[in-house]
Amino acid sequence: MDNNGLLARIRRSEGASGLAIISPSAIYVILLLAAPLATVLLFSVLTSERGQIVLDFSLANYETVFSHPVYKAIMLRSLTVSMLVTLATVLLAYPLAYYISFHVPAHRKSMWLFLVTLPFWTSYIIRVSLWRVILGYNGVIDSALMDLGLIGEPLNILSNGVASIVITLAHAYAPFAILPIFVALEKVDRSLLEAGQDLGESKLRTFWRVTLPLSMPGVIAAVLIVFIPTVGDYVTPELIGGGKVPMIANMIESQLLKQRDQALGSALSVTVMMIVAVVSIIFLLLNRRFLRGQK
Amino acid sequence: MKSPSLRVYAIAYLLFLYAPIILLPIFAFNDSKVVQFPLKGFTFEWFREMTEDAQLGIAVKNSLIIAFSSATLATTLGIFAARASTRFSFPAKGPIMGLIMLPMVLPEIIVAMSLLIVLLSMGVQLSLLTIIMGHVLICTPFAVAILSSAFQSLDKSLEEAAYDLGETPFSTFRLIILPLVLPGIISSFLICFTISIDEFIISNFLGSGEAVLSVYIFGQFRFPAKVPSMLALGTILVLLSIILLTIAEYFRRRGIARTGGKDTGGFL
Repeated sequence: MDNNGLLARIRRSEGASGLAIISPSAIYVILLLAAPLATVLLFSVLTSERGQIVLDFSLANYETVFSHPVYKAIMLRSLTVSMLVTLATVLLAYPLAYYISFHVPAHRKSMWLFLVTLPFWTSYIIRVSLWRVILGYNGVIDSALMDLGLIGEPLNILSNGVASIVITLAHAYAPFAILPIFVALEKVDRSLLEAGQDLGESKLRTFWRVTLPLSMPGVIAAVLIVFIPTVGDYVTPELIGGGKVPMIANMIESQLLKQRDQALGSALSVTVMMIVAVVSIIFLLLNRRFLRGQK
Repeated sequence: MKSPSLRVYAIAYLLFLYAPIILLPIFAFNDSKVVQFPLKGFTFEWFREMTEDAQLGIAVKNSLIIAFSSATLATTLGIFAARASTRFSFPAKGPIMGLIMLPMVLPEIIVAMSLLIVLLSMGVQLSLLTIIMGHVLICTPFAVAILSSAFQSLDKSLEEAAYDLGETPFSTFRLIILPLVLPGIISSFLICFTISIDEFIISNFLGSGEAVLSVYIFGQFRFPAKVPSMLALGTILVLLSIILLTIAEYFRRRGIARTGGKDTGGFL
């Protein structure tokens, strides 16, 4: 066998063709995603001096992130807000997903899903900004309720930063929670429910002991899909919270662009990634437990 | 099995979902500078004010350039990735595909900031091009997801038949595969276009301060006097995205029908 034949065989082999075809996309993400992420990881253990990165390894940035009261407070707030958002979104979405899966006739289901996803495709910025107008002092809700004589004073919901952020984000991420729960509910074997009721369980108990556990993978997927983007949300705290309720993303921005402290900004970014990774792993493990429980 | 309370809840929930979109046209045509009830009367004033806004014109033009370029590039990269991952097995397939899909599960601020750090330390001037670079990153996973299902439903024997009849891999791709996945390509392009027009974080941080639609809207909502004309703009944008999505959905369904598959739901 000469070298040419071997080379030709490698070239014709499946692995080589696959690699060749994927190479443009792979090179793009390696250069513009993997390399920048690696840089952030590196910068986070270096030191910033007057807006410049110096090669001085230290874990001081992480120490600041985890011990400085301001950063600790912002991290805790980000986590609390995104957990509240996730909880609200998933709790509100479950009954709707249940309704679509169990009560809507089969031929109408795709219409309902289309209705649920449609608002999601309209401009995010405009939807978030609109909530500011709706919830604000003398805004749509206040003026409508006062017009109807239901309240005497403006409620000014917007002044409560956390509540407004939760409402806005629960609205923005609704379809992300509804769809995975719906998919999980669709897979629930309907004969199991009949069996449960034949054996004398009430409807509520059947739901509690059969439907809910079987739909848990969907709920867990919904939790992850809502939690991950909300933890890093920048627009809503800025527009709805009026900058008064900064979250991690706003902090990263101010460190990197306003304070020009790239090392600390990088450490904050890595911390967000770690939080996302830890939460994902916890929920994926939970999911595996539920899946094993089914077998 | 009818359950009236659940039905009432479902309708209330839909109202909550649609509240902003319903309010948008109501207040865009309302003859008052403040957005509140009671309504004052009908006017086209805000649409007129919007069309006279020169900054907005520039922002729309820039956003269209960005969206068109990002959607084209992301769909092209998506075609490569989807074709490779559905048809071939190759070394490091998992990590490579994982990396391509990563922006879907990474908070956008991280994607934007890490790219920004690298661009700034390399001394790259921020411009529309840097925004496009970022948008391609976040659009590609969506393109791959849509195109993978298009490539997945391809019948491999069609391809083999073409080879047996003497076609080269390239001409097979052009004559057999491309026409079959074309609806997927169109719907991927439209979805990427919509995502790019809508995207804020990357446009805001990777831009040079040149007006871009989403950043412009974000800025204008801070001035109460500008809100009504932004609502007029929003009304038009909502109409446009509904039209684009309906076209995308039409092509997606046609694509599934063409390859003989079964419709298994919407985009997400």
